[in-house]
Amino acid sequence: MRALLAFLLMLIAAPLAAQDLLPPAPYAYKQLDDPRQEEKAQALMETLRCLKCQSQSIADSDAPMAGDMRHQVRSRIAAGEEPEEIREWLIERYGDYVTYTPQVRALTLPLFAAPLVFVILAVVLLRRRFRKRRVV
Amino acid sequence: MSEAAKDAPKRAGIWLWLPLALFAGFFVLVMVGLLRPADRDVASAFVGKPLPAFDLRAAIPERPGLKTADFADGKPRLLNVFASWCIPCIAEAPQLDALARAGVEIHGVAIRDRQEDVQRFLAQNGNPYARIGADDMSAVQLAIGSSGVPETFVIDGKGVIRHQHIGDIRVEDIPKLMEKLREAGA
Repeated sequence: MRALLAFLLMLIAAPLAAQDLLPPAPYAYKQLDDPRQEEKAQALMETLRCLKCQSQSIADSDAPMAGDMRHQVRSRIAAGEEPEEIREWLIERYGDYVTYTPQVRALTLPLFAAPLVFVILAVVLLRRRFRKRRVV
Repeated sequence: MSEAAKDAPKRAGIWLWLPLALFAGFFVLVMVGLLRPADRDVASAFVGKPLPAFDLRAAIPERPGLKTADFADGKPRLLNVFASWCIPCIAEAPQLDALARAGVEIHGVAIRDRQEDVQRFLAQNGNPYARIGADDMSAVQLAIGSSGVPETFVIDGKGVIRHQHIGDIRVEDIPKLMEKLREAGA
């Protein structure tokens, strides 16, 4: 009987969580009062990486650190900062890894240049082709 | 016309090997990815920059709080980001104690922590800190580009971040930290 009870208790026992006991930051789970500001904050939060759970955005994550990052974003938006300023502030600290939106850098330049190169190439090839046909 | 016909078999021979070469390339790529998985640590991009302005209240009454000016007295020291709820922080406690005994001044930033929890943690694992600031909303942690606990930063005498150690300090990490402290002017 005792063993059974112990077993049942084990089933419901929560594992020793490496989690803090402080309440979440004020704006971790609370939206901003101004719906336009909240919309801005939400759009930004969806494109910022949660550093604790690296394939989630801070809008998706329940990690305490993501909550603190949401609080940062919302309180900065409420203070009148632009979303891109906040993104820059974070990139300055964590590098491009913190943002999901690709930034134009020397490394990512081919990503942005390739479509342009392909379009130019296509125009050149097509023009040559049509010109030939007219001659023939 | 005849020249092109002569070239054709030779060129086909090269193209024939292409799929195999591509496959070999992918194979190497996959094996490298398997055997040496990517580093998931997010290094702070703030190394080399001065500490941002902050002023944290004391996490426990036994030690004063922590502010940026505490780092600008000409003496290099360590800034240790920790928490009582962080398991690897227990693992690094003996190493922090050893550093403190070797004369290194260590300031702590307690992330999202209650006073009684910090007190219990320090009673169990020792208190190597000269000052402990309470960072209730990870504001300082975010401001210095730290992405977890524990992390340890070497700060020079002017308050500039010189080095970041991610994760718990192991015995074998101490020489490197001492070297970085020397480089920072200790």
